[in-house]
Amino acid sequence: MSQEGMGVEQTTGMDVRRAGERTSIIDVKGDVTSASEGPLMDAFQKATDNGERRVVLNFNDLEYMNSGGIGLLVTMLVRAKRQGQQICAFGLNEHYRQIFELTRLDDAISIFDSEEDSLSGGS
Amino acid sequence: MGDAKTPRDAGNWAQRGTDLHLGDVPADAINLNVEGRSVAGPVQGFGKLWQKTYRVVLPPDVEPAGVISAWKSHFPEFWPPKNHFYGNMAGINPGDVALINMGLPGRMKLSTGILVMYADDESFTFMTPQGHMFAGWITFSAHSAPEGTVAQAQVLMRASDPLYEIGLAFGGHRQEDRFWEHTLTMLARHFGAECEVDMQRVCVDKKRQWKRAGNLKHNAAIRSTIYMLGTPFRRRKA
Repeated sequence: MSQEGMGVEQTTGMDVRRAGERTSIIDVKGDVTSASEGPLMDAFQKATDNGERRVVLNFNDLEYMNSGGIGLLVTMLVRAKRQGQQICAFGLNEHYRQIFELTRLDDAISIFDSEEDSLSGGS
Repeated sequence: MGDAKTPRDAGNWAQRGTDLHLGDVPADAINLNVEGRSVAGPVQGFGKLWQKTYRVVLPPDVEPAGVISAWKSHFPEFWPPKNHFYGNMAGINPGDVALINMGLPGRMKLSTGILVMYADDESFTFMTPQGHMFAGWITFSAHSAPEGTVAQAQVLMRASDPLYEIGLAFGGHRQEDRFWEHTLTMLARHFGAECEVDMQRVCVDKKRQWKRAGNLKHNAAIRSTIYMLGTPFRRRKA
């Protein structure tokens, strides 16, 4: 699980940007594992600071995700649901789309092909 | 869309499949509630969302990868008596499906299973099928810490249906705690260590998902009990 143990330095990066009055985008970069909890939850907090109702996860630069990372997405989803917010995603390649389907996270997180689609709500 | 290069984790995940399929299982095992079932994660469950963590600290000279390798190879041997895990003889690999027969009071058994959703050198994760006691994931992992090598089982789960939710409230959590306490104690003994098991239970979401109450129709405990009660009649017919 730990990339450190496998001799690979783990890098997680999260940038938050606004996309309209009620939507924020989190650009997820690098690795998403259980060690990403701090950066991911901080980014979520920043993304919803101004009462945004929708958080869009951009996975274009996702390089690695393990089951710990998927667990974090569930935690974030619960937090969003509790606050009446919606989470969706775009930029998932075929591999990560399959993981979302396998773990059945796609039941709760709408997946879009592009940023434009995710913002317009189309498929 | 992301680029087309193969991600580093590509070989660690089970391939997407709609239904579970078991390989050969022993003739004396009760094979119910797995074949053809879909998997269910925390999103598909009914009850409160719990994160339960069970940990032991092993001597620092035990490598995390060594812990996971041993855990994968000897997984069924660490379980409490009367509980059986019929998995792949070759170990635990992404996409494997295993049958589980759990001992219940009064010589009853509960038949269910798991899918190996993820596995690498330092962790592996199971996902449960519809009808299992809970909908969720169990991640087994090991890592180095200042106090030694930590071996951990972490469950992220919702009770699958209202009946299981009641069961969890009235002894089910305690029973599960005892189960993993035994497993981790046995794992530690495998490495010649006698350790106390540390347990943490956190309620991540107190809300129940009432739209999932219909999961009751898949309840493996009900189906296993009906099957067990019918055994004498099936024997007489044969």
